[in-house]
Amino acid sequence: MDILYLLVPLSVALVFLIGAVLWFALHSGQFDDLEGPALKILADDDRAGKSEPRL
Amino acid sequence: MNPADLIRGGREAADLCFHCGERVPPGTRYAVRAGDRWEPVCCAGCEAVASAIFQRGLADYYRLRESAGGAPQPESDDLKLYDDPAVQRAFVRRDGDGREAQLLLEGIRCPACAWLNEQVLAGQPGVLGASVNTATHVATVRWDPARARLSDILRAVREIGYRASPFDPAHARAVQRAERRSALARICVAGLGAMQVMMYAVPAYLAGEGELAADIAVLMRWASLALTLPVVCYSAWPFFAGAWRDLCTGRPGMDVPVALGIAVAFGASVAATLRGEGEVYFDSVTMFVFLLLVGRYFEILARQRAGRALRHLARLVPEFANRLRDFPRSLEPERVAAAALEAGDVVLVRPGETFPADGLVAQGFGAASEALVSGEARPVAKSPGSAVIAGSSNLSSPLIVRITRVGPETLLSSILRLADRAAAQRPRLIRLADRTASWFIGLVIALAAIAAWFWAGEDPARVVPTVVAVLVATCPCALSLSAPIALTVAVGEFARGGVVVARGGAVETLAKTSDVVFDKTGTLTHGELRLKEVLTHGAAGRERCLAVAAAIEAASEHPIGKALVAAEAGTALRAAEFRNVPGAGMEALVEGSRYRIGTLPFVREISPGPVPRREPGQDTVVWLGGESGLLASFRLGDELRREAEEALALLRSLGVRVHLLSGDGENAVREIAWRLDIPFAEAGATPQRKRQLVAELQKEGRIVAMVGDGINDAPVLAQADVSLAMIGGARLAQQRADAVIVSQDLRDLPRAVVHARRALRIVRQNIAWAFVYNLLVLPLALAGALTPWAAALGMSASSLVVGLNALRLERRPRRKTTASAAPARLAAT
Repeated sequence: MDILYLLVPLSVALVFLIGAVLWFALHSGQFDDLEGPALKILADDDRAGKSEPRL
Repeated sequence: MNPADLIRGGREAADLCFHCGERVPPGTRYAVRAGDRWEPVCCAGCEAVASAIFQRGLADYYRLRESAGGAPQPESDDLKLYDDPAVQRAFVRRDGDGREAQLLLEGIRCPACAWLNEQVLAGQPGVLGASVNTATHVATVRWDPARARLSDILRAVREIGYRASPFDPAHARAVQRAERRSALARICVAGLGAMQVMMYAVPAYLAGEGELAADIAVLMRWASLALTLPVVCYSAWPFFAGAWRDLCTGRPGMDVPVALGIAVAFGASVAATLRGEGEVYFDSVTMFVFLLLVGRYFEILARQRAGRALRHLARLVPEFANRLRDFPRSLEPERVAAAALEAGDVVLVRPGETFPADGLVAQGFGAASEALVSGEARPVAKSPGSAVIAGSSNLSSPLIVRITRVGPETLLSSILRLADRAAAQRPRLIRLADRTASWFIGLVIALAAIAAWFWAGEDPARVVPTVVAVLVATCPCALSLSAPIALTVAVGEFARGGVVVARGGAVETLAKTSDVVFDKTGTLTHGELRLKEVLTHGAAGRERCLAVAAAIEAASEHPIGKALVAAEAGTALRAAEFRNVPGAGMEALVEGSRYRIGTLPFVREISPGPVPRREPGQDTVVWLGGESGLLASFRLGDELRREAEEALALLRSLGVRVHLLSGDGENAVREIAWRLDIPFAEAGATPQRKRQLVAELQKEGRIVAMVGDGINDAPVLAQADVSLAMIGGARLAQQRADAVIVSQDLRDLPRAVVHARRALRIVRQNIAWAFVYNLLVLPLALAGALTPWAAALGMSASSLVVGLNALRLERRPRRKTTASAAPARLAAT
């Protein structure tokens, strides 16, 4: 049971980490459009030489 | 059936354009190579667009799209103006060496369109990056100014049949986005916290007596505390701020018990953790905050969605205008930004262009489509002196317009402001719900205190859970939410139907309306003279007589002259040597012969011959005569609106009585009342009399809606329970009615009543639900039978039910776009 002394604080830290990641994602606008990106995966042109960077 | 479906369907669609879905005219030979077959297209434009799409290797567009593509926009050299650094200053951001701009894409109908635009934008030389938001149709483009020009980027979009224009990231939008983001962030924090805290709570719930080691239990509590702290301090912050604000104003809202509940539960839990004994409720607190925030998020979405229909209007004004600096000496136009125009400037508006500001026609005859601004579907004739509205489009011929109002003073802006004002007001129903809620909150807090006192004597361990359950479960959130959400959605739906609600309470009163009083005959008629009949008395035919009359009256400011010009079909007769005899008529030369138009004695001075007998009547009659004799007489009168009969029948079918109180003469009123079957009509009514009659109706317990022009008769409007105005045009800004039928279509009145009733029904359902829920749950909570988390779940669920019920108001056949406003609205009913 002693492992809990490590795991419980670790889980707390993990939650804070996840929170930080979500925070970043949210404020970089990743939740502003929930429909387009899903389609982009299907429609992207993956041929070589056409790798224009996107925003 | 959707044209796009036909296209995908294949065979039977052989005569529909592959690109835009329009019918291909017989004998057309345009085609485009799609993969291994040829597909027919309707015109050279669509051929070019489709070829461009295929050449860029973007054939997927046709596979993914949900509706047909747009026809290509005509090439225009306007775009070059966007390369001007002064113009760019307004919307282009410097981003290191690159430039970044947000472009509003018009013509996007589905995610495939957005994808296509993104591909094309990103494929332009010199473009560093591009992304298109499917929800807002805004493209964000970053480019290298050394290698690409903005006009080329815009042109690329235009070439594939869409329209890109600089998107002014309006302040309101930014605020909305910030609001949504911060709400989402709070939900995320609360959700994560709730999940993890629940993980720590489960062992304590499941473990039997003595099964969980004491040190582990303490560890779990401290971990829960660490995770609950951000939830309480950050996620729940709006509740504390709201509660503090409520306490400061002395009007407890629903935030008070919520904040109190959170504070009690959290405080007790922290105390228990520090002491190392007693119950902790961290899981309840986080769960409660999370569920509550989700409910609030839906509320934000509903509110923001409601305003969107109107926001669309703001994009109608063009960016550029042709200013005539030296008018009338020179007609040489210069291109300037529409924002730079000032009152007094003279601009040239070509057919197909949009008026950049409100103004008066200085020169030219034509017609304008004001459908997008006012909902009036028919073209509105324009002649020198006519007012034109920013955002409406010129249909037929070039017009020279002297600007009278620009920017925020324009009609378009007035409409937007009216709606904003309504949104900011709290209607009676909301105030009532709030008052009830705040009374209820006092009760809840008192009951919580009693429960605490009772349980302290019975079983001290159950004090905190019971108090929290009472505070949380019975919080009248649903009650407070029920009316505002439904009414906000309703106001947005009204705007889509051509009715702008200017005062918040209008929806509620309109729903209860039992009597509609038309304030003047002008509301039921067009309010202007129209040509009713032409009697020819000579050899010349009807068309010829009208053409001559219109030519003479071409420049006339007189209502009769305007009516004749408006009735004429468009033959291009020109008159000369005008002579105006006030009170008698006009004289002019048309094709070399002298004509007079006006009163009979005036015309008889030059026209010999017998005078035909005429029927006595109330309509105005003007005569036209030449030197050879009398040619024609024109009967003019105020005509009933075409839709008036239908509108009144609809009102009657809703159980609404119709009255007509008019200051006009007996004859006119009686005729209209007879033709429209209005049982209660009174002519020659003064404003005092009208007010008295309305008051009498109200004494009988009727709810009276007054329909007028919204400007005159302020006391009558104020006396009525709700007032509506049938006005568009420049007078909108001064109107005082509670709601404005901007579409100028009378049928929108019964539609508005129907819609208001629906809205009110939903509000009532919501309030009833909230009450029933609270009354059911209160005894349970008081008895201690409800755990705090169950209380939170119940409360949030009841709020969600209320919010979702309100959103049902939106679910009805909607117009496809604002552009096809009028016909789609007719189809919807």
